[in-house]
Amino acid sequence: MLAYLIRRIFNAVLTLLVVTLVTFGIFFMVPKLTGSDPALLYIGKTADAVSLEGIRTKLGLADPIIVQYGKFLKGLVVGRDYASGPDVTHCDAPCLGYSFKTEQEVTPLLLSDIPVTLSLAIGAAVLWVLIGVATGVLSALRRGTFLDRAAMTGALAGVSLPIYFTGLLASAIFIYWLGWLPNALYTPFLENPLLWAQGLILPWITLAFLFAATYARLTRANMLETLGEDYIRTARAKGLRERTVIGKHALRSGLTPLVTVFGLDFGALLGGAVLTEAVFNLRGLGYQALQGIRQNDLPIILGVTLIAAFFIVFINLIVDLLYGVIDPRVRLG
Amino acid sequence: MSTDSLAGLTLPGDRNTRPFLEVKDLTVRFETDDGVVQAVSNSSFVVEKGKTLGIVGESGSGKSVTSLAVLGLHRTRSNAKVDGQIWLDDEELVTATDEQVRKLRGGKMAMIFQDPLSAMHPYFTVGAQIVEAYRVHHGASRKDARTRAIDMLARVGIPQPERRFSDYAHQFSGGMRQRAMIAMALVNNPKLLIADEPTTALDVTVQAQILDLIRDLQEEFGSAVIMITHDLGVVAELADDVLVMYGGKIIERGPATAVFQDPQHPYTWGLLGSMPRLDRDVRERLNPVKGSPPSLINLPSGCSFHPRCPYAGRNGERSFNEVPELRGGMHAVACHLPAESRREIFQQEVAPNL
Repeated sequence: MLAYLIRRIFNAVLTLLVVTLVTFGIFFMVPKLTGSDPALLYIGKTADAVSLEGIRTKLGLADPIIVQYGKFLKGLVVGRDYASGPDVTHCDAPCLGYSFKTEQEVTPLLLSDIPVTLSLAIGAAVLWVLIGVATGVLSALRRGTFLDRAAMTGALAGVSLPIYFTGLLASAIFIYWLGWLPNALYTPFLENPLLWAQGLILPWITLAFLFAATYARLTRANMLETLGEDYIRTARAKGLRERTVIGKHALRSGLTPLVTVFGLDFGALLGGAVLTEAVFNLRGLGYQALQGIRQNDLPIILGVTLIAAFFIVFINLIVDLLYGVIDPRVRLG
Repeated sequence: MSTDSLAGLTLPGDRNTRPFLEVKDLTVRFETDDGVVQAVSNSSFVVEKGKTLGIVGESGSGKSVTSLAVLGLHRTRSNAKVDGQIWLDDEELVTATDEQVRKLRGGKMAMIFQDPLSAMHPYFTVGAQIVEAYRVHHGASRKDARTRAIDMLARVGIPQPERRFSDYAHQFSGGMRQRAMIAMALVNNPKLLIADEPTTALDVTVQAQILDLIRDLQEEFGSAVIMITHDLGVVAELADDVLVMYGGKIIERGPATAVFQDPQHPYTWGLLGSMPRLDRDVRERLNPVKGSPPSLINLPSGCSFHPRCPYAGRNGERSFNEVPELRGGMHAVACHLPAESRREIFQQEVAPNL
C-alpha cells in the first residue's frame, strides 16, 4: 500500500512536470517562433530599446529556452531572484513569475483567487451530486413513466444549454426581474456566510444544472444496469425489503462509477470555471485565466494552467486511492 | 384442464391433504415491445417435503421462469403477468400481497442461483450477505447472526469459515462460492429449496461435491427441493420426479425412474439421445434434437414441438393445429401420438440408439 502510494505520488509529480514542460514550451516558444517579443508584451508598445533590454535581462528572456525553463522550475521549487543591475527582486517558491500587465507576483495573485473558485466548485458540486443522483435514481426506478421522461428531457436541456445562456437567464430573472437576490459581488465566507451564500447561489445553481443533467443521465444508466444484475435478484430472493434492495444493494454499485467522473469534473472545476465566473463576474481562477488570455499575460495563463493541472492530478490520485476502498475487487499494490 | 396430480395424490381442492408445494395452471407472460412472451403456459406440478423434483429442458423452455414465479420474483417486473395458483404449505402465493411473499422469500422458500459470482454482490463480504439474509427473517443481533453465518459456512464445507466470512465473492474459488451461495440459501432452514442450475458453472469434480452437499442438507432439513437443470445426469442422480419442459409447457411429467426408463415424449427421447454416454460403444455422433427452441413470442401452432418432431403428422393434422394436453396418471405426457405407436417407435427406433 505504501509502495503504491509512493509510486502514485511520483507519477503525479512526473505528470505535473510534463505539464509544465508543455505549457512553458507553448507559451514561451511560440512568441519566439512567431516573432513577437515577450519583453514587449511585458512593457508595452511605447518602450524604448534600453528599457526593453533591461526587462529582457531581468526576466531572463535573453537566455536559451532550456535555461529559462530551468530557472522557471527552480523558481517553482525553491524560489528565484530577478536581478536587473543593483536591485534584486526575490520571488518565493512556488514562484510563477510576474504578471506582464500588473507587475504583481503571480503566485499570491492566484492564491487569493482560489477561495472564490473553491466556494463556487464545492457549492455547485454538492448541489449537482444531490440533484443529479436523486433524479437519476428516481428516473431509473420509474423507468418509462411521465416522471422519467420529464426528468430526462430536463437533463437533455441541462446538457445542451450553455452556461452563458442559463447564467444570464437566471440573473435576468432572479436579480433584475424578480429582485429576489442582490447583484452582489463575492463576499468571503468568514466575513459573512449569508452574503457569501447569497452571492453564490445563482452561480451554484447554474453550474449545478449543467452537471446535474449529466449526472442524472449517468446515474439512471448505471442504476438500470445494476437493477438488471443477478445479485439484485439474489437480494430480492433473500426476502430483503425493496427499500434495502434499492437503497443498499443497487445504490452501492450503481453509484461507484460516478466517483471517477466526479473526480475528473471536480478537479477540472477547481482549475477555474471560466464561463460561470465570467458570467457572474466572480474573480476566481477562471476569470483570471480569461483576463490573462485577453491581455496576452503569459505568466498568468501559465500559472492558472499549472494550478488546474495540479488539482486534476491531485483529485485523481485521491479517487484512485479511494477506489481501493470502495471497490474491493481493486487491489492496490 | 386436467386435474391429475403427480404420484397419485388426492385431487386439488382437498385442503387437508394439499401437497407441500402445489402449482396449478401456472401461466407467466411478459409484455415486451416485440409482443407477448408466453414464458410458461398452464403448468401444474406438486412437490412433497423431502422429495426432489427435477425440471429439465433447453434454454428458454420456462424452467427458470417457473421457479422465479414460485418465489414471486416476477412481482418486481412491471411487465410480467402471473396467473394460476401456487400453494405453499396451504398458503396461496399468486394472490398474496407483496409483503406476505417477501416474508416467505429467503425464509420458508429459498433459491440457489446458477452463477454465484454474478449472483453475489461484489461490494459486500460473503459473510455480510449471509448475515443480512438471516437478520431479515430473524430479529437476531449482529453477533448471533455472525455466529450463525460462520456455522453455515462450516456446515457447507468451507474451510476456515471465520476467515472466509470477511472475504468477498471474487476471492472464493468457483466451488467454494457455490457452497457460500448454498449457505446463504439455507441459513433460514428453508422448507422449499429451488436450485437453478447449481452446478452448471462448476468443474465436473466440484459438481458432484455440490450435488452431494445439496442431497445431504436436504436429508438433514427434510426440505422439498426443485432442481432446475439441463443436465439429465444431475436429474438422474437426485430427482424423485421429473418435469420435462418445452416452449413454456410441461410435455412430460412422472417419477424419475419411469421418465428415464420409459420416456414417452419424442422430445424426451431427443434429450436422452443428446447425452454422451461412457458406458456404451462410441458412436460416430450424438443424436441431437434437430432445430432450435421455439420463440416464446410466436409459438408454433398446435404442438409447439412439431417443427422439430420427426413424427409430426403421423396422426393426421392434429400436430399442426391442436395443442396436446398433458394426459396420464403418474406418468403423463402431452403428445398426439397414440400410446401404442409411441411404445413401438421407442422400442424399435429410439431405445437401440440410446
